[in-house]
Amino acid sequence: MVNSRVAHHVPSNATDPMKLTRSIEEIRAEFPILAQKPYGRPLVYLDNGATTQKPVQVLEVMNEIYRTSNANVHRGVHFLSDLISERYESARETVRAFINASKKEEVIFTAGATASINTVAFSFGERYVHEGDEILISEMEHHANIVPWQLLCQRKKALLKVIPFSDEGLLDMARFTALMTDRTRLVAVTQASNVLGTVNPVREIVAEAHHRGIPVLVDGAQSIQHGIVDVKELDCDFFVFSGHKIYAPTGTGVLYGKEKWLEEIPPYQGGGDMVANVTFAKTTFNELPFKFEAGTTNYTGAIGLATALDYVSGLGRVAIAEREQLLLSAAVSTLSAIPGVKLFGTAPHKVSVVSFLPGDIHQFDAGMILDKMGIAVRTGTHCAQPVMEHYGISGTIRASIAFYNTEDEIDALAAGIRKVMEMFA
Amino acid sequence: MTVNEIQDLVTEEFAMFDDWISRYDYLIDLGRTLPVIDPKYKTNDYLIEGCQSKVWLHPDFDGNTLSFTADSDAIITRGIVALLVRVLSGRTPDEIIAADLYFIDRIGLRQNLSPTRSNGLVSMVKQMKLYAIAFKSKQEQT
Repeated sequence: MVNSRVAHHVPSNATDPMKLTRSIEEIRAEFPILAQKPYGRPLVYLDNGATTQKPVQVLEVMNEIYRTSNANVHRGVHFLSDLISERYESARETVRAFINASKKEEVIFTAGATASINTVAFSFGERYVHEGDEILISEMEHHANIVPWQLLCQRKKALLKVIPFSDEGLLDMARFTALMTDRTRLVAVTQASNVLGTVNPVREIVAEAHHRGIPVLVDGAQSIQHGIVDVKELDCDFFVFSGHKIYAPTGTGVLYGKEKWLEEIPPYQGGGDMVANVTFAKTTFNELPFKFEAGTTNYTGAIGLATALDYVSGLGRVAIAEREQLLLSAAVSTLSAIPGVKLFGTAPHKVSVVSFLPGDIHQFDAGMILDKMGIAVRTGTHCAQPVMEHYGISGTIRASIAFYNTEDEIDALAAGIRKVMEMFA
Repeated sequence: MTVNEIQDLVTEEFAMFDDWISRYDYLIDLGRTLPVIDPKYKTNDYLIEGCQSKVWLHPDFDGNTLSFTADSDAIITRGIVALLVRVLSGRTPDEIIAADLYFIDRIGLRQNLSPTRSNGLVSMVKQMKLYAIAFKSKQEQT
């Protein structure tokens, strides 16, 4: 029986192994950067929520493409163009299977979660949002899931409404229900908070919103790397994520959208490959998914992304989640055992993200000292200023854990925090 | 002492510490002893916004030299602010405009003055120079 904490959604036919089948040393050896020694000290990389490191498999495929298969996709009649187009489309199939979308046509390659959200905010907004309409987001969103909606609301004279969260870090579900009105055109919420780690009940949110006929966008930037995401089971209308947060190259990302929406809404950007027929009088658009992929896409990145997803599947998503939950528990208990340390976000169901402050010490001061010890954490507002406002603080220290981290690294962080508190006492 | 003489003195002081922990301990002490800005100037008018830490900077021109008082919400930033104030405060606008702040690099704190740190320090130096330019042109007009 799979522990319900470890995967956001575990399909009944899940066959993933429960535990990593290889040693952590062997796995770490596949991430060359982890052997770096900043200031001569072993790197303790706990900034995975900002970006993850890449395994050799991803590095090698990127190199290999440029050495053997590079040509522009969908354009040429020649050998290489065919080869790369095939690999690009096969990468799309890998993504489709990974998130369990119904069709390849529902998988759009983008530059990242931010680009995906902006696409929906523009295209869905153009078609369905009018003056006086409402968009519903939550108080714990990353700026990338706030600002595109604010821009849309300004453009359309629509209203942005916000679901609050409790100090524990839980969305107020009663307020969510109450905030939906006949004018609500879309609900956009994160599946996991990048600051608090909270895993939101998106399935319940989708079900409730659908009951009122309102579509839902789920921001998966902080969830997809920590568990199984099944868009069919979630039944969300849009799902977005960034490649670089799941061990893939930067500048890659995915917009999943149900076909009925993607067919209905207009294209976001115009350019090559997204058109069927262009005359100066009228242009008709290409079919899905190409309608939303204007210009030369980051096809090497997309193939790198597929390689990263294969890598993750190879380790096993349940096994990854299981290990990360163990490391999270270790981090929470070691950090909270330090007198004066305050944790932010204590929801029962969290991804492996710990936000905290050591007494009155400024997060920047602490981060500077930790850095000198070779410990990489993020300090500041984490692009989620409303979350800081909720607690009346100027920022936090965030340790975000990946499967390749170790208990020794968690201990190093705790020792580092003790040293910081000694220095600033 | 000239701007560069003070910079050399600061460099010598830091050379006495043989590890980074002592250097930062010293910065923390400096931060604690910084003659802080009059609380009435700790307003948005004097705030230099950084993503990581905030700096407040207040100029005082006596017709000849420009003095600065400053503060930050982070102690290490305040320590560096104290060093910058020590080097540039009580100088003529011309000296401030011409100052090449090489000591930051020599004491191993260059990363703190990198724009990517976004701790307000880069903007602080820029602001100190802008004040110098402003007071200089005001002086020339009168």
